[in-house]
Amino acid sequence: MSGLLLDYLPILIFTAIALVISFAFLAMPLIMAPAAPDDEKHSTYECGFPAFDDSRMKFDIRFYLVAILFIVFDLEVAFLFPWAVSLGEVGPYAFWAMMVFLGELIIGYIYAWKVGALEWD
Amino acid sequence: MEFLFDTATPLGWFIVKTLVILAFVVVLLVSLAFILLADRKIWAAVQMRRGPNVVGAFGLLQSFADFLKFVFKEAVIPAGVDKPIYALAPVLTLVMAFITWSVIPVAPGWVIADLNLGILYVLAISSLGVYGIILGGWASNSKYAFLGSLRSTAQMISYEISIGLVLITVLLLSGSLNISTIVEAQSGGFWNWNGIALSPLTFVMFPMMVIFFISALAETNRPPFDLPEAESELVAGYQVEYSSTFYLLFMIGEYLNIVLMCAMISLLFLGGWHAPFDFAPFTWIPPVLWLAIKICFIFFLFSMVKAIVPRYRYDQLMRLGWKIFLPLTLLAVILVAAWVTFIAGGA
Repeated sequence: MSGLLLDYLPILIFTAIALVISFAFLAMPLIMAPAAPDDEKHSTYECGFPAFDDSRMKFDIRFYLVAILFIVFDLEVAFLFPWAVSLGEVGPYAFWAMMVFLGELIIGYIYAWKVGALEWD
Repeated sequence: MEFLFDTATPLGWFIVKTLVILAFVVVLLVSLAFILLADRKIWAAVQMRRGPNVVGAFGLLQSFADFLKFVFKEAVIPAGVDKPIYALAPVLTLVMAFITWSVIPVAPGWVIADLNLGILYVLAISSLGVYGIILGGWASNSKYAFLGSLRSTAQMISYEISIGLVLITVLLLSGSLNISTIVEAQSGGFWNWNGIALSPLTFVMFPMMVIFFISALAETNRPPFDLPEAESELVAGYQVEYSSTFYLLFMIGEYLNIVLMCAMISLLFLGGWHAPFDFAPFTWIPPVLWLAIKICFIFFLFSMVKAIVPRYRYDQLMRLGWKIFLPLTLLAVILVAAWVTFIAGGA
């Protein structure tokens, strides 16, 4: 097996162990704890009246907007990683190249601010 | 029996690695039990209460008693839930919280998987942790859980950007994504630590450490950013329909992430396992203990913030993330990059 994959094998083992622990925890109360099923107990939590409406309701569009902005900026952060690691070696050219990109990004950020995409109220 | 533990053979390597990981998990869970207790004790002390003090001396065994209580409680699964996803969500949270720890070095060479892409791995896996919360909130079929998970997700992804940009500044300084290498670059005394170095750059890096700390609070849904579980409005947010060990998995996952953030601050900004002075009485303390001391100190700050600072309003939270931290961290990336290119590199 190649060395690169071998580096990741312990993570696979760790994942398997974590899964076993999680499911063991979940199984414990099902085996050991008392169970007294009851209609009231198994109803959806609500403050003293039967739940009405679908709980997977329409939600605020702003959450969607935050997700879109997140994709833009998080991709940009992912894009910065290789640049940041090698900047010491590639020098001023790489610095200016990235500044042009960041400049464009900042223009976009200012636009998003101006149109109110960052407002929450 | 010898051949079973011979790391040269594939079988021996597998057995030894598995045992090491199991030992690590046990150490992690036992420390977590005491860290949970410390959290409650500090919170109590700030409010002039005694905190848990009945089980064991000074309440030292409280967390173990709590664990037993979780296990022997009925797992109430409400009628309307989407059962497979409902069960998957806490498992996902805990597994993601656990496997992030596999790249965290606790002392020179003491790391489960010494990846070259360590930092990227931490960022990627901690992003996946969001799925546990959003799936849990959706599957619960309760309005409180649904709203809580939406809020929580929006909050976590907003602060992930500032965390990512702060990580970039550290990477610029160390030129590596491997966490062990980043820590080794800070050896020699506290004046070499990224967060508090004796250099003009510290005017940028110290604020970055503070921003990382605050973003870590938001990322792990800790007070003052615990809006997803704001008791007065959403009861317990995405956890409202969870009980017994189903809830326990969420809680362990959350605290594992909190301690992970403390470890990240110690490793990236405070020199990791290095002693503050590189001579006699300080070097007698083993590296792993130095890291533990630093993690405990940062966790103490986490607890104090929880006890002292009042909860933020949601619009304030989003404004802090998008309008203050994002431009500040972006500016810091540019400043540090300029420093690395023209001053440190040119000299």
